[in-house]
Amino acid sequence: MLYREAGQFKSSYASDQAIFPIRQDKIGIALILVVALLVVPFVASNYVLNSILVPFLVFSTAAIGLNIVTGYCGQVSLGTGGFMACGAFFAFKLTTAFPDIHIILIFLLAGFGTALVGIVFGLPSLRIKGFYLAIATLAAQFFLIWMFTQNPWWTNYNPAGVITAPPRALFGDFYITGVRATPVGKYLFLVCFVTILALVAKNLVRSALGRAWMAIRDMDIAAEIMGIRPMMAKLSAFAVSSFFIGISGALWAFIYTASVEALAFEVTRSFQVLFMIIIGGLGSILGSFLGAAFIVLLPILLNSAPAMVGIRMSTELLTHLEFMIFGALIVFFLIVEPQGLARLWQIGKEKLRRWPFPY
Amino acid sequence: MKTKALLTAAAGAAVLATSLWSPEPAAAEGEQFVPGLQYRSGPYAPSGIPFANGFADYLTMLNARDGGINGVRIHYDECDTAYNNDRGVECYERLKDAGPSEPAAWNPLSTGITYALIERVAQDEAPLISMGYGRADASDGRVFPWVFTLPATYWAGADAIIQYIEEQEGTLEGKDIALVYHDSAYGREPIATLERLAEQEGYNLHTFAVAHPGLEQQATWRQIGRQLRPDWTVMWGWGVMNSTAIQTAASVGYPMDRFIGIWWSGSEPDVRPAGSDARGYKSLGFHAPGADFPAIQDIVTHVYDEGEGFGEREAIGEVLYNRGLMNAVFVSEAIRTAQARFGERPLTGEETRWGIENLHITDERWDELGLGGFAREIRITCEDHEGGGSAFVQQWDGESWEIVSDWIQPRNDELRPAYEASAAQYAEQNGIELRDCDAEE
Amino acid sequence: MNTRLIASWLIGAPAAVVGLGLVIQLAALADPSLYFAWGYYFEVFVGGLLQGVMYSLVALGFVLIFKASSTFNFAQGSMVLFAALTMVGFIEWGLHWTIAFALTMGVMVLLAMAIERVVLRPLVNQPHITLFMATIGIFYFLDGFGQTLWGSDVKSLDIGMPRTPVIVLENVFDGGIMINQFDLVAALVGGALVLGLAVFFQKTRIGRALRAVADDHQAALSVGIPLKTIWVVVWTVAGIVALVAGVMWGGKMGVQFTLALIALKALPVLILGGLTSIPGAIVGGLIIGAGEQVAEIFLGHFIGSAIQDWFAYVLAMLVLLVRPQGLFGEKIIERV
Repeated sequence: MLYREAGQFKSSYASDQAIFPIRQDKIGIALILVVALLVVPFVASNYVLNSILVPFLVFSTAAIGLNIVTGYCGQVSLGTGGFMACGAFFAFKLTTAFPDIHIILIFLLAGFGTALVGIVFGLPSLRIKGFYLAIATLAAQFFLIWMFTQNPWWTNYNPAGVITAPPRALFGDFYITGVRATPVGKYLFLVCFVTILALVAKNLVRSALGRAWMAIRDMDIAAEIMGIRPMMAKLSAFAVSSFFIGISGALWAFIYTASVEALAFEVTRSFQVLFMIIIGGLGSILGSFLGAAFIVLLPILLNSAPAMVGIRMSTELLTHLEFMIFGALIVFFLIVEPQGLARLWQIGKEKLRRWPFPY
Repeated sequence: MKTKALLTAAAGAAVLATSLWSPEPAAAEGEQFVPGLQYRSGPYAPSGIPFANGFADYLTMLNARDGGINGVRIHYDECDTAYNNDRGVECYERLKDAGPSEPAAWNPLSTGITYALIERVAQDEAPLISMGYGRADASDGRVFPWVFTLPATYWAGADAIIQYIEEQEGTLEGKDIALVYHDSAYGREPIATLERLAEQEGYNLHTFAVAHPGLEQQATWRQIGRQLRPDWTVMWGWGVMNSTAIQTAASVGYPMDRFIGIWWSGSEPDVRPAGSDARGYKSLGFHAPGADFPAIQDIVTHVYDEGEGFGEREAIGEVLYNRGLMNAVFVSEAIRTAQARFGERPLTGEETRWGIENLHITDERWDELGLGGFAREIRITCEDHEGGGSAFVQQWDGESWEIVSDWIQPRNDELRPAYEASAAQYAEQNGIELRDCDAEE
Repeated sequence: MNTRLIASWLIGAPAAVVGLGLVIQLAALADPSLYFAWGYYFEVFVGGLLQGVMYSLVALGFVLIFKASSTFNFAQGSMVLFAALTMVGFIEWGLHWTIAFALTMGVMVLLAMAIERVVLRPLVNQPHITLFMATIGIFYFLDGFGQTLWGSDVKSLDIGMPRTPVIVLENVFDGGIMINQFDLVAALVGGALVLGLAVFFQKTRIGRALRAVADDHQAALSVGIPLKTIWVVVWTVAGIVALVAGVMWGGKMGVQFTLALIALKALPVLILGGLTSIPGAIVGGLIIGAGEQVAEIFLGHFIGSAIQDWFAYVLAMLVLLVRPQGLFGEKIIERV
């Protein structure tokens, strides 16, 4: 009943192809945005903003990126960490070399740079498939990290090889990086920026390009016979994916931790993002957000839960337990819903539609 | 069925999530909060655990023996960073407001986390002690008012090692010195200093990076042990990299007494796995090893005999345990110094910072603390956040660490300008105005 | 056909080794700062080969499981760690290492049964990537579980293997070739293990059943091969391989958390040799081991050190560009 679309007529192609064809969805999204922009900044503590919401939004961007190449185009990539590092270091080099360029443009340029790198490392996908490809993308991961650690040029010859985000303002005195940036400011910027990126991604996967990706994913030979050029489709997927991942790396370095060394983007980061899209749902933009929320929140919850309910245990045991429960929950989720949280949401929607009179 | 199980799980998670929203202070008012960013898990846990134990045990002992510092009890709470930068940041944000008072000082025991926290502590006005790690140029207190590098920086350590080698060799002219370093922010800190000294002293420096976590060193040591055969090898390693290096060096027959590590490459877990092969290995140190100090015996009687100890009794007095203890001494002495001025109550971060900045632990004070001869005099000022910088060389004799050199004073007249130049560059990049130390009292 | 293949390897491999040496010698002539001597080159090469066998030991576990269930078992690394930790734990109780070894084998059987019951059975017929993620879940679980049980300290595992280096061929090359005895013994153990596995797969009843399952699940089921038992057997064998690898690696560098990460070193070995081939794991290990040592020392001279991490992957990727299924993998045939 809550989700009934009866009475909502679509009288034009435009309305038929809307991202949110149902009124309830539109209201829901609007509500979420209103809460995120107008309510959360006032009620959330700095801890929640800095350590939960900001990394959640940064990770969501990375998850969207990986979802494009893995979820939509079917090419499993484990090079996410390396591409994030690309974004971070490109943005750092650009903004220190040209301090006058606006920071948003810097982020976008870093994304484009990463897209080029993504195309290069996507080339093997034309020949290698499946797990072989997944492991081959690790070459990108290890090579890129090595490149950024070994060449001091990337860090402007910082003796320790660490880049620190210089202060940059969005406009006037509204700083989003550096000491003068406030958690609320960072958060608000990220909400707007990531929303726009997600919209772009959503529209891309609905376009002809997106359909080509999905055709390749479902059966590449069949797609080729239908006239889709695998090279174009695969490489464009790698490029677009790397664009998003690169931006998320830049956001990570500039807004989340404010200072990084290349090791921050080592291979565990790649697995983390892969977890997000699998738990969230392959081939779903919504799933990217859900997965990111799950993977960001879960360890923190597991780690701070005992203290909240008043159990004191040693830090050591706590971390080991956190690992065990995290692993067990992953398996549990894969067993009960292999298609991810996004699928769960879909099932929920179906139920709500018939509620309270299921048939 | 499935959906139900999932929904219950989701509801549970949601309840927990809302409780995260409003973290409530757990402990009694009137206590001084000391947060601990430790790592007892992850690849570097074998090194992190003894340090964390020493740190926590000393504070527990102060509470048990003296009822805290001047009657103000210490509330210690730790969070596991797993030596991981973003977890470290999360832990910092979590503990920041979780204690009964403002945090006294942060001690992350990780160069990477130190870098990530430098801007945050400046914003939150909380002092950060990077004891023998972190950013060397942060010893310029005019640019980094909130960061302290006592008792020595990596640059000072590199200088001390070169001085030691020079003393052993007579001259460094034409000698080959190899540096094996952990390929991270930490491992690269000394390179600039070693290169500068190479030009000055005339030795040839060869650098060998070892990728994190440091299990792959066969090629490195084959080059060092079979081809290059340098006169000395210096190591900047941490965690499993240290023990692997010592074992691999032994397996190519490199002489141990010409192999010298920084202070983070010289503790028991590093040499024990190599067994007798490690005999003769050297490292720097800035405090004595061993448990023969009244204060450490107090830990045994007041903490371990009561069953309150964090670690194993046998591990008391190990190098990293003592280092954690030293860090706790710095924090507690800073609190004591600040209390003398601001009153005997829990202090704010700003007040503790004043305490660290005016910290002066003389040899007599070390005696009073029950740690006579444990470490050298330390004096921090507004400009100088390092406050000493000297170190000695210790050698593993197969059973324990023996101190084999005098205190080596780094050449501060050369290092100081380097700190200041590097700090000035940071200040310029980040738009920081230099503090005027003369204007403050 | 098979003999021709073997013959071409027997002639091709040494020729490639010498050819590579010549190339490096030329490079050394062009750039005098690069040190090259044939003795040193062979020493690096042999050291790399022995190191490669150690990688193969880990890679074998992956291959076994992939062959039987098309599951890419990411948890193999943490199984190595878990097995080694358990064995050290038993030794610390005062047991002789042989008894500890046997007991740990028992633990690995239990682990295999638990994994089959809790993880594999509910996930039958799921896409490969889901099973892959599930093994990453097992990876996390075992990491935490092993450390909860046995702690995170570095433990030394000494079963009395020799450690002193020996120098051979001193009259052929100046300075001779230094070989680590420990690596040599480890290589022999690895070789014995592969032989044993080959016999097990070719000659025993269970081995034949395993191969049948690997070929076609449904056909195997329809002729009455119990799939569940087979899975337990495979995971048990993989667990025992993990235990052997754990003893070798743990003896070499102490038993601690980072042992789980050696799985990352085994991955390029795997794809180079082919995910389904046991000989591939061995040959792949040898190529990767020798290749990365030679690259680190000679190529690293030109482009900077610490390259072995990515070099192994790039080497494997280059081979894949020519043979997308790895050197010994089964040819991938795709139908629409």
